[in-house]
Amino acid sequence: MRIEKYANPARFLSLQKSVQPWLTGSAVVLIVVGLYLGLVVAPPDYQQGETVRIMFIHVPAAWTAMMTYTFMAACSIVAIVMRHPLADMAAKAAAPFGAVFAFLALATGSLWGKPMWGTWWVWDARLTSTFVLFLLYLGYIAVWQAIEEPSRAAAIARIVAIVGFINVPIIKFSVDWWHSLHQGESVFRMGGPTIYPTILWPLLVMGLGYTVMFAALEFSALRTEVLARRIRQMEIAEAQGS
Amino acid sequence: MSVLAALIRRDLLLALRQGTGAGTALGFFLTVMVLLPLGIGPDQALLQRIAPGALWIALLLSVLLSSDRIFQADYEDGSLELMTMGPAALEIVVTMKGLAHWLTTGLPLAIAAPLLGFLLNLDPALIGPLVVAMGLGSVALSLLASLGAAVTVGIRRGGLLVALLILPLYVPVVIFGVAASSGIGGLDIATPSLLILAAIALVALVTVPFAAAAALRAYMH
Repeated sequence: MRIEKYANPARFLSLQKSVQPWLTGSAVVLIVVGLYLGLVVAPPDYQQGETVRIMFIHVPAAWTAMMTYTFMAACSIVAIVMRHPLADMAAKAAAPFGAVFAFLALATGSLWGKPMWGTWWVWDARLTSTFVLFLLYLGYIAVWQAIEEPSRAAAIARIVAIVGFINVPIIKFSVDWWHSLHQGESVFRMGGPTIYPTILWPLLVMGLGYTVMFAALEFSALRTEVLARRIRQMEIAEAQGS
Repeated sequence: MSVLAALIRRDLLLALRQGTGAGTALGFFLTVMVLLPLGIGPDQALLQRIAPGALWIALLLSVLLSSDRIFQADYEDGSLELMTMGPAALEIVVTMKGLAHWLTTGLPLAIAAPLLGFLLNLDPALIGPLVVAMGLGSVALSLLASLGAAVTVGIRRGGLLVALLILPLYVPVVIFGVAASSGIGGLDIATPSLLILAAIALVALVTVPFAAAAALRAYMH
């Protein structure tokens, strides 16, 4: 399958129609299974007690927040290099979901931090850089809203997304570069995960569930975006015709 | 070379004669420094502790608030369009305009910072590190401000949007700038924080012009 084939919005719409139920269905199944494993099957942590269960919401949210921004930056590069007509729309559609994931990561982290660290918030590297990610999402969304002409808004939004991408590696490595209250990398690290399997498995299932959920939301939002643009073109054609 | 000099000279002259240059920025800087102790209270020890951070925040706001003059007027009256047809590439024009902005905002404020620091009971031992860190860090601030100005040049009342887009990018500059000027890691001037600050300024110098020029082209095409 060549991705260029789906540059054509009509082809994308037919693909979306056939794929959407599967994406949505598997997202629901994965998240339900992940929540069951995390909230019912997994034992409480010997130090953190029941609060460890917040991690099954928090960690995948942070992962997908970073993944979504990476996706937006990649779409923006594709839009510049290949003039792919759907790439800008895909980046635009992804931004609100990324903002929600980033907010969810911040909010659940704060809820977990109060009983565990004794504070809702500290200004350390991991928390600050994630907060900056949230602000970058807001800025990106604001660019699309501030500029009326779509092609110009797309050109500016690409630059904003690509420049802001510098923050993603900073988030990823912030716990290695600085002494942080946030714990270090414990899943994707050299030498294997350092988490006990009863906690690791629900985490991975939830991570996959969040990713598929993002894909399902993204496909549906991109469809809306394509249809909205089509309506706009029809309105312009009608205004010119009369 | 004469083109580069002419570009900088033009912006400096405009800033000087329109009264939008160092004087206004200094006035703003001074006003913030007067308001801050009134808001926080006159506790000398507290003011001394927050002085470097407060000076940095005031510097950052001055740079941000004056960013609209980098491209706005030239975009509206068409001079920017003329410059794209000139002998210098748009990337060069952008760099020079960013540097001219630094010469009229960042540099004078960095030089004035120790004087204003007395209003906040700044530790005299920090004057050296503070001036060097602010002088260097404001290069990055001005360049990033020119990126923000380029991205929003065609938007009416783009001021708040510039702040939303650019302030997140200012976070590392502020963190390392304040660390370099607070005597963390000794009073030696070349602290690791200052070196990172210099690295940020250099990276901005080579990357921002391309992004800003791309944004300006999107508005002018």
